[in-house]
Amino acid sequence: MVLGPSGSGKTTLLNLVGCLDQPTGGKIEVCGEKVAEITDDRISEFRAKNIGFIFQNFNLIPVLSALENVEYPLTLLGMKTSERRERSMSILGSVGLSDHARHRPNQLSGGQKQRVAIARALVKGPSLVLADEPTANLDSTTGAAIIDLMHRVQEEYGASFIFSTHDPQLISHAQDVFSIRDGELIEHRSEG
Amino acid sequence: MTTLNIAARNITRNYRRSLMTISAIAVGTMSMLLFGEFVSQIFVSLETQNVTRSGHIALFRSGYFNYGAGNPAAYGIRDYQDVIGLMGEDAFLKPLINVVTPTINLFGIAGNFDAESSKTFVGLGVIPADYNIMHRWDEHHLKLGTTAGDISLNEKDESHGFIGAGLARILGLCETLKLGDCPERQRGDQETVQTKSGRNKRDFSGLEEEAKQTNSDAGNGPAPRLDLLAATANGAPNVVNFYVDKAIVQGIKEYDDSFVIMNFNLAQKLLFGRGEKKAVSIVLQLHQTEDIPVARARLEKLIKDKGLDLETRELTELQPFYKQAVGMFLAIFSFISIVMAVIVLFTVVNTMSMSVMERTQEIGTLRAMGVKRKGIAVQFVLEGILLGLIGATVGIVIGSVAGEIINHAGLTWHPPGQAYPTPLLVRTKGVGHLLFGIWTGLGVMATIAAWIPARRAARMKIVDALGHV
Repeated sequence: MVLGPSGSGKTTLLNLVGCLDQPTGGKIEVCGEKVAEITDDRISEFRAKNIGFIFQNFNLIPVLSALENVEYPLTLLGMKTSERRERSMSILGSVGLSDHARHRPNQLSGGQKQRVAIARALVKGPSLVLADEPTANLDSTTGAAIIDLMHRVQEEYGASFIFSTHDPQLISHAQDVFSIRDGELIEHRSEG
Repeated sequence: MTTLNIAARNITRNYRRSLMTISAIAVGTMSMLLFGEFVSQIFVSLETQNVTRSGHIALFRSGYFNYGAGNPAAYGIRDYQDVIGLMGEDAFLKPLINVVTPTINLFGIAGNFDAESSKTFVGLGVIPADYNIMHRWDEHHLKLGTTAGDISLNEKDESHGFIGAGLARILGLCETLKLGDCPERQRGDQETVQTKSGRNKRDFSGLEEEAKQTNSDAGNGPAPRLDLLAATANGAPNVVNFYVDKAIVQGIKEYDDSFVIMNFNLAQKLLFGRGEKKAVSIVLQLHQTEDIPVARARLEKLIKDKGLDLETRELTELQPFYKQAVGMFLAIFSFISIVMAVIVLFTVVNTMSMSVMERTQEIGTLRAMGVKRKGIAVQFVLEGILLGLIGATVGIVIGSVAGEIINHAGLTWHPPGQAYPTPLLVRTKGVGHLLFGIWTGLGVMATIAAWIPARRAARMKIVDALGHV
C-alpha cells in the first residue's frame, strides 16, 4: 500500500513500478528485470506477461463486452481462443459477473466495471497487480465490496497487489504500508 | 476478437462521423467512377469512329506522309495489289486483319455548273465493298450507328459517292439532296448566279450533255452531278463526272465544306488519267486495336524483307486528333482523381485524428496492458482502411447504378469532332480495371491518411495518454 497526500508521488511510483514511465535517475528492477535498460517492445511484452493494472476510471475498452475486455490480455499472450474464453469466463465467475459477460461497459454500473477491470488484471496470472486509487470513483458500499473482492482474489490467485489510495477502508486491508511525501519514503509499516 | 473486428466496432462508435466520412469518400468514388466511365466511353467511341474511317495502319510510299499530301499522284504505290496479296497471304497477319484495301487521297475542284458554283475538295477514293465492311467494325460492341442513316457506298456504279453537307450547301445542292440546314442564300449571290446564268451557263456544255445521257442510261435517277477536276501525275488537268448520292455532315466545318468520298476506280481515273493506275495508300483494319504493335512490326519486317519502298503509320499518327482527345480527357480524369484523392486524404486524416484524440486514454490503457506501438498504429490504420474501402465500395455501387440510369435516360451531347448529337453514355461494361483501380487507389489513400494520426497515437507516452481527460 502506498499512502501519501496529493502530489506526493504515489502515481509516479506506480507508473515506474508498472514500467509505464522511465526513471530520470537511479535504477529500477521489477520482478528481477532491469526495466530501464530494455527496449520499448520488450517492456510491452514484460507488462503483458507480468503486470496487471486496475485504474481509478476502470479504463475498459468500450467496444468490447465484459468477457472480451477480460480476454484481451490473453490475446496479447497468443493464447488459443477456447482456452482464453474458458479462463475469462472462470474469472468473471470469481468476480460475480458471469451473467454480465456479454454486456458492454456502458451497460454496467461503476462497481461492475471495476470488477471487470479486476478480472482483466488477474486473468493472465500476473506477478504484480497495480491499482491506482481503485475505489476513488465508487461509493463507499461498492468500494468496500471491491476491496473485499480484491482481497479474496489476491489470496485466490496469489498475485502481489500494490495500491495507491486515500481510502481508509483500503488501508486496513494492507499488509505493508509505505507512506511517502514529496517523493520521499517517510514511513514503512508492516501489518503482517 | 481480431484487430479487424475491433477496428470495425470502433468505426460504429461515432457512427455519425463515420457516416459523414464514408459519404464523402463515396461521393468522391462515384464522381471518379462516372467520369472514368464517361471518358472510357469517349475513348472507345473515338477509337471506333477513327478505325471505321481510316483503319488501324496505313502503308504509304516512303515520304508521302510528310511531303506527299501536296502531290499524291507522285507518291502512288505501283504494285499495290501485290502488296495487298502479300499481307493477305502472310500466316501471321492474316488472322489479325479484318480488311486490307487500297485508297486514294486526292484534292481538286468540285463544280456544279448548273448552280455555277465550285469549291476545292479533299477526296478519298475507296473500294465500296471494303469501305462498307470497315464501317461495320465494332470491337467494343457500341452499336453506335449514325443518325445519317445508311452510309453504304454504291458498289455497282463507280461514279457515285458522298460529299460533306457543307460542300453540298456551297455547291447549291440543298434542294436536290433535301438538306435540312440550308439558310437562304444572300441576294447578291442569287443575282450573280442569274446574271452569269443568262450570259453563259457553262463552259463544258458538251461534257454536260454527255454526262446527262450517261446518267440517264445508267438509271441514276435524280442524283445530282458534280464535275471533279484534279491534276494528274504529269500535271495535266483531268475531269470526271461524279454523282452525289448523299450529303453527310462531317464533324469539322473545314472538312464538311470540302469532303468527297468516291469509288476507288473513279479516283484512280481522276488522279492518274490514262497513266498507270496506282494507290496512294493501303489501309489495314485489324480485328482488335491492341494488335497494332505486333501487326505493324510484322508489316515492317515484310516491307524490309521484300525491299519495298513503303512506310507504315498507325492510328494515332493517322488521326492526331484521336491521340490529342485521349490525352486531354486523360489529363482531366487525372486532375479530378487527384482532387478526389486529396479530399479523401483530408477527410480520413480529420476523422482519424479526432478518433485518436477522443481515445487517448484508451490508447494509454492498451499500451499499459502490453500492446506494442506497432499494434496501436495497425489498429488505427486498419480503421482508416476500413473507412476508405467501405466508402469506395458504396461509391462504386451507387456510381454503377447511376451509370445505368444515365445510360437509360436518353441524354445526348455533341462530342468534339462529332457533327451529330451522340447519346450521352458511360461505359459500364469492360471497365473492371477502372473499378479495381479506383477501389484500390482510394484504399491506398485511406491507408496513407490513417497512417499520419496512427503514428501519432503509437508514439504517445503512456503516462500522458492515461492522464488525458
